[in-house]
Amino acid sequence: MKITKAEVLHVAHLARLDIGDSDVDRLAGQIGTILDYVDTLKQVDTTGVPATSHAITLTNAFREDELQSHLDPEAALANAPEKDDGAFAVPKVI
Amino acid sequence: MEFTPVIGLEVHAQLKTRTKIFCSCSTAFGAPPNTHTCPVCLGMPGVLPVLNKKVVDYTIKMALATHCTVQPESRFARKNYFYPDLPKGYQISQYELPIATGGYLDIDVDGRSLRIGITRIHMEEDAGKLIHDPDRPISRVDLNRTGTPLMEIVSEPDIRSPEAAGEYLRRLRAILRYLDISDGNMEEGSFRCDANISIMPDGSTVFGTRAEVKNLNSFKHVEKALYYEIARQKEILLDGGQVVQETRLWQPDKGQTVSMRGKEDAHDYRYFPDPDLLPLVIDDGWVDRMRAQMPELPAQRQARYMADYGLSPADARVLTGSRELSDYFEACLAVFDQPKTVANWIMGDLLGLLNTRGVEIENTPVSPENLAGLLELLDADVISGKIAKTVFEAMAETGRPAKTIVEEKGLVQVSDTSAIDPIVDAVIAGSPDEVERYRGGQKKLMGFFVGQVMKQTRGKANPKVVNEILAKKLG
Amino acid sequence: MKLHELTIAQASGLLKNKEITSVELTRAILDRIEAVDGRVGAYLTVDADGAMAQAKAADQRLADGDAAPLTGIPLGIKDLICTQGLRTTCASKILENFIPPYDATVISRLKNAGAVIVGKLNMDEFAMGSTTEHSGFQVTRNPWNLDRIPGGSSGGSAAAVAADMCLGALGSDTGGSIRQPASHCGVVGIKPTYGRVSRFGLVAFASSLDQIGPLGKTVADCAIMLDAIAGHDPRDSTSVPEPVPTFSAIAENGLSDVVVGIPREYSSAHGLDPQVGAAVERAVKTIESLGARCIEVSLPHTDYAVAAYYVIAPSEASSNLARYDGVKYGFRDRTQTDLLQMYRSTRTQGFGPEVQRRIILGTYALSAGYYDAYYGKASQIRTLIKNDFQTAFASCDAIISPVAPTPAYPIGETLDDPLTMYLSDIFTLSANLAGIPGISVPCGFSDDGLPIGLQIMGRHFNESMLFQIARQFERAATLTDKKPLL
Repeated sequence: MKITKAEVLHVAHLARLDIGDSDVDRLAGQIGTILDYVDTLKQVDTTGVPATSHAITLTNAFREDELQSHLDPEAALANAPEKDDGAFAVPKVI
Repeated sequence: MEFTPVIGLEVHAQLKTRTKIFCSCSTAFGAPPNTHTCPVCLGMPGVLPVLNKKVVDYTIKMALATHCTVQPESRFARKNYFYPDLPKGYQISQYELPIATGGYLDIDVDGRSLRIGITRIHMEEDAGKLIHDPDRPISRVDLNRTGTPLMEIVSEPDIRSPEAAGEYLRRLRAILRYLDISDGNMEEGSFRCDANISIMPDGSTVFGTRAEVKNLNSFKHVEKALYYEIARQKEILLDGGQVVQETRLWQPDKGQTVSMRGKEDAHDYRYFPDPDLLPLVIDDGWVDRMRAQMPELPAQRQARYMADYGLSPADARVLTGSRELSDYFEACLAVFDQPKTVANWIMGDLLGLLNTRGVEIENTPVSPENLAGLLELLDADVISGKIAKTVFEAMAETGRPAKTIVEEKGLVQVSDTSAIDPIVDAVIAGSPDEVERYRGGQKKLMGFFVGQVMKQTRGKANPKVVNEILAKKLG
Repeated sequence: MKLHELTIAQASGLLKNKEITSVELTRAILDRIEAVDGRVGAYLTVDADGAMAQAKAADQRLADGDAAPLTGIPLGIKDLICTQGLRTTCASKILENFIPPYDATVISRLKNAGAVIVGKLNMDEFAMGSTTEHSGFQVTRNPWNLDRIPGGSSGGSAAAVAADMCLGALGSDTGGSIRQPASHCGVVGIKPTYGRVSRFGLVAFASSLDQIGPLGKTVADCAIMLDAIAGHDPRDSTSVPEPVPTFSAIAENGLSDVVVGIPREYSSAHGLDPQVGAAVERAVKTIESLGARCIEVSLPHTDYAVAAYYVIAPSEASSNLARYDGVKYGFRDRTQTDLLQMYRSTRTQGFGPEVQRRIILGTYALSAGYYDAYYGKASQIRTLIKNDFQTAFASCDAIISPVAPTPAYPIGETLDDPLTMYLSDIFTLSANLAGIPGISVPCGFSDDGLPIGLQIMGRHFNESMLFQIARQFERAATLTDKKPLL
């Protein structure tokens, strides 16, 4: 299954990654090879087979609506690359 | 050519649980930035969500109140996109298997009852707040609000006018408040609405292309924006053009919607079941427990007011239109047990007052107990109807009880015949021509005599008694 | 006996009898790290001061008679597990200076047990890889042959244990990342049943596949470590409220009640090195000699496991790694003044090529129009694989297989050939897809002296069976005295 350069760039944008021109072809090739391999899945008849999204069949894990202590705002912001006035700062969103 | 609008509404209501949907941080509004956070709602590496049971409780109640089917199994899904107020880079929501589907809401528009279908209700988490700095090229992110539980309610495109849209929203809000699961306040952001609208030629059954409208911050703006869109789309179609399927932003100050195309690329949310959360299984027992906790809802209360108090459907509907108003009515009734009188005064004088002042019932200057007090004085003939209106206004000004105001201003009605007799005599003596004309057949002149007596008594004479005495003396 | 060469069981006994102190033991470990880690490169962060302080506290507990089996025992932690106040990088530049404000649940449990956390161990970036070459910072070398990979993604954990740079370590396993490096480095490693150990604080790679597990010098040591960390955690919705047996109480009564299955599909697996095949066959004979009955079983969907895994894991990963956006923590390209550019530049500079490759693959598999064909389809195949094991376990108690198709290959060999690297996971990743436990225990050496591991897989929550078979095999195989020459 070939993946086109345009598709790689589109997917890269969805994932917020910059793929340089020199890398797109190589990446398209590598991913294409992997997708070719993955295409073997088509050989299996999965009619009526339910999907597994959880390895163990469990349901209903809850917590009660009870307050616990918060993280100190200093700790919350301690790893922030940029902060301003108690908030995380980012380049302005237009 | 005339067109019929086709409107669907998407409402997000913030649920008023104490803690967030997936962590134990407070949902309280107004705290300093990033003080109601923890590693989980901050989306730190390695954290995991755990579902707040109360959010499910509240959503089941809403599902029951809107006649939805509560799904025995539902799932959480990840909605993936990048934005600074979305710490994990995905929102935990529900996609293919929402908690509730297939309900309806009955609304009244111009005396007609309309049934608006509800496609689905699901649970999701709120994002944080992004505040743009006016002077510098930065925006600030406050993550206090991330993780606040939201309930999304999607209607079928069954709404056929902006008025109906407004009614639907009001009814939905009333139910949320009757259930006490959300503040339902559009201005504060606990009740948000996006609209989908298209138009089709009258009589057609083929829907036109719809536009989505966002940034609707009050019920009035919803109606205005929808009117604008109807006109905009009509003009396009009459010109032979095609309505573009797009998202448009309502600009309240300019009274128009503008296209957001180009500013926002088409989102591919890449939904998939969230592997960190387990399937949600709701058995009949759980639904029954929630059903048993349901308070009386607007429709039931309306029926009860009609049956028990003999109120008309229209009056009952107005009084139950909001929980606060209905609670006010019942609080007043608890002191002064005459439903029709109370109803009339609330719908006339009280709502008129609130309207003039642009104030909601929550901030009424006249408490239900005080209104009841006024009505008691009126009922006991201590004051006349006319005086009661004056007293009501004074109560609104000062917030004081009727009795106090009546005593202070000496407004107690005079019903004592021995006090009124001499005044009547004086008026009769002073208006011989009118007396003659009255006795000659112009019975309408009674009004003149009554007026004279009232003038002499500065309005304090009991008009009923005055009428009786005059009638006796004039013959 | 050199202190750093002790097993946990031995050290625990000596500490209890006051023959050694934790301070001495920890000092010995730190010295060992200084002596050899320059060549091995297992550690990303060594917390000498913190470790010595913990050792002192442990000695106090031991003096008070308040000790647990792990009290005073120096352990290394894969850098994918959050340690409060101690840098946690996931071997990625994007988290180069991230200091978690909280402990993972497993870390809290280790601390409560009085264990000494020596430092954070190297790995493939965000656990994506089978060689540890994909670390954003350094390569870890196999202590048995420094030109060879230690395996991955928990390569640092396996190498550190093999080189006696800690008495035991925690790793994580999503497709074999504990078992395969354990095999390549000649140590024991176990991936518990999914949900057996809390994932709270384990930086997520593929949430429905990830599990934390111990690596140690012996089967008994791994059981001791699993005792300390296993058990339900209310902060992890996927952790299972299943009662936890005492794993370290390993049954010693022979294997005559045990039926072991050998999957027929595995012997014809792509690229299986004959020396590995032979070592596993010898191991099967040993197990039979211990009384177990060996039968052939079938796992018919074996051929599809790698493909299914390499759709599901990257898909979940692409979503899990979206939070690394330069906004709240970690690296940000601060020269960018446009938000979109900041996102792109930060993530492109911060993530290595293997991580970017998997994010692209995963994003593609989930994207509009492709979901059903890829993620949807792979999720259905997953059901079939799970059912294969269920059927097999109806006729046997455990399944035996190789861990990796070859012994550790040279560093650099698969760097530009991701598919070959992926295919080497063939024996291990099915266990993650099915959620079943699997242990890797040393079973021999290749002709050029490289360790070969034996994998034993079991039913859900039946780690005890794995420990039982592995322990008795280990005793019979007598491999534990051999050590790498460093």
